[in-house]
Amino acid sequence: MTAAVDIAELDLFYGAFHALKRVNLAIEPRKITALIGPSGCGKSTLLRVLNRMNDLIPGCRIAGTVRLEGRDIYAPNVDVCALRKKVGMVFQRPNPFPLSIRDNVTFGLRVAGLSDSQALDAMAEKSLKAAWLWEQVRDKLDSLATALPLDQQQRLCVARLLAVEPEVILMDEPCSALDPISTAKIEELMLALCEHYTIVIVTHNMQQAARISDSSAYMLLGEMVEFGETPQVFENPKDKRTEDYITGRFG
Amino acid sequence: MNIALQREIDKLKRQILALSAEVESDVRAAVRSEENRDPALARSVIEREAQINAMEVDVEEECLKMLALYQPVAGDLRYIIAVLKINQDLERIGDLAVHIAERGLFLCDLPRVEIPHRLGAMADKVQAMLKKVLDAFVNLNEAAAREVCAGDIEIDEIHREIFQQVKDAVIRDPTTFESVLQILHVSRHLERIGDHATNIAEDLIYLIEGRIVRHTPEVSDKGQAK
Repeated sequence: MTAAVDIAELDLFYGAFHALKRVNLAIEPRKITALIGPSGCGKSTLLRVLNRMNDLIPGCRIAGTVRLEGRDIYAPNVDVCALRKKVGMVFQRPNPFPLSIRDNVTFGLRVAGLSDSQALDAMAEKSLKAAWLWEQVRDKLDSLATALPLDQQQRLCVARLLAVEPEVILMDEPCSALDPISTAKIEELMLALCEHYTIVIVTHNMQQAARISDSSAYMLLGEMVEFGETPQVFENPKDKRTEDYITGRFG
Repeated sequence: MNIALQREIDKLKRQILALSAEVESDVRAAVRSEENRDPALARSVIEREAQINAMEVDVEEECLKMLALYQPVAGDLRYIIAVLKINQDLERIGDLAVHIAERGLFLCDLPRVEIPHRLGAMADKVQAMLKKVLDAFVNLNEAAAREVCAGDIEIDEIHREIFQQVKDAVIRDPTTFESVLQILHVSRHLERIGDHATNIAEDLIYLIEGRIVRHTPEVSDKGQAK
């Protein structure tokens, strides 16, 4: 299977700091790939490389290639806004806009110029259904999104990015602010979404990576130490450093 | 959390090694009771069975508790899974030691019948195999585990020879039937102990390498090549 995202010989610097070192990674389409590793190992940096969020950081420069479905996303003619529609991101803390539920979900479409309210409503319903939130919010679409419980806010953020029809969903510790039941709901949602979308998740929760991902990548000090199918990584890791980290012997 | 898991693993290690030592000494005593026609020694083996069973249950409970509480992964996971399986094999070896002791008790009251193949030689080999696999477990010695797998072929061969000799003995003199049947039972029990030692060796290879080599020609092929 050709990779949805293909990262080759990627180096990333924040000024003089070498944050990613010759990283190679082939992310399979419609699978969940987990990035694990201690704080500061570069996993969130790598995640942000995939939709060029690092462009916003002064002094950040990269070398190497990152291809999305075969096309170099760092090529000079790339439309970064279009890229970010294709590669959406869910953050650690739910970050709905202080708008109504409906306006949150349709925000991206309206920014893109869609104004037909019927089409917007249809898309809102479709996205909220895909994020398993429709039943909970169908009667209060005009209520303030920030009043929703945290896990529903997080699913609203997922619905908001589904509305612009992405191909890849990046999740940066999407459950770290959630209780175990809300976490389970988000995990179930991820498993359902990966039928249609490629998901890359950064998580500090080893059990979460083991439970939901198809492949796991262990990073340390900016290096890709090990990348393999999740059952292999968690049952029989090839690299001693991976074993030390996932068994809690690290540091 | 991992420090707590390490403590639990150290404790589990002590428990499984204590069980190994008990089982090994029971096999030795059972074989000696049969060889020397020593009913007191045979009875002592039979009496210890309950203790072995209790130790097996303790080890299993400890493993289940660790899986539930710590969700171990990688080497820790493989260690606990290997211990769970080795634990069962040890308990079965303990049962077989009891069976040998029971045959020994029967033989005390029967006339001695000699067959060409000495049961003692087979018992020595099986005990050496058991000792080797338990040492390999302590030292995580994969090469020794593979040698144990290979050694089982020889034990199976001796058992087949004894079976033939028992058959010949009964044909020669049917009145020896009861005695030689006991010998055949002991040979069968020793052969089964060899099988369990092999299972332990295979679990050890899984523990060390993370690969399941059971039911594959790989282990015995390598053994035969030596």
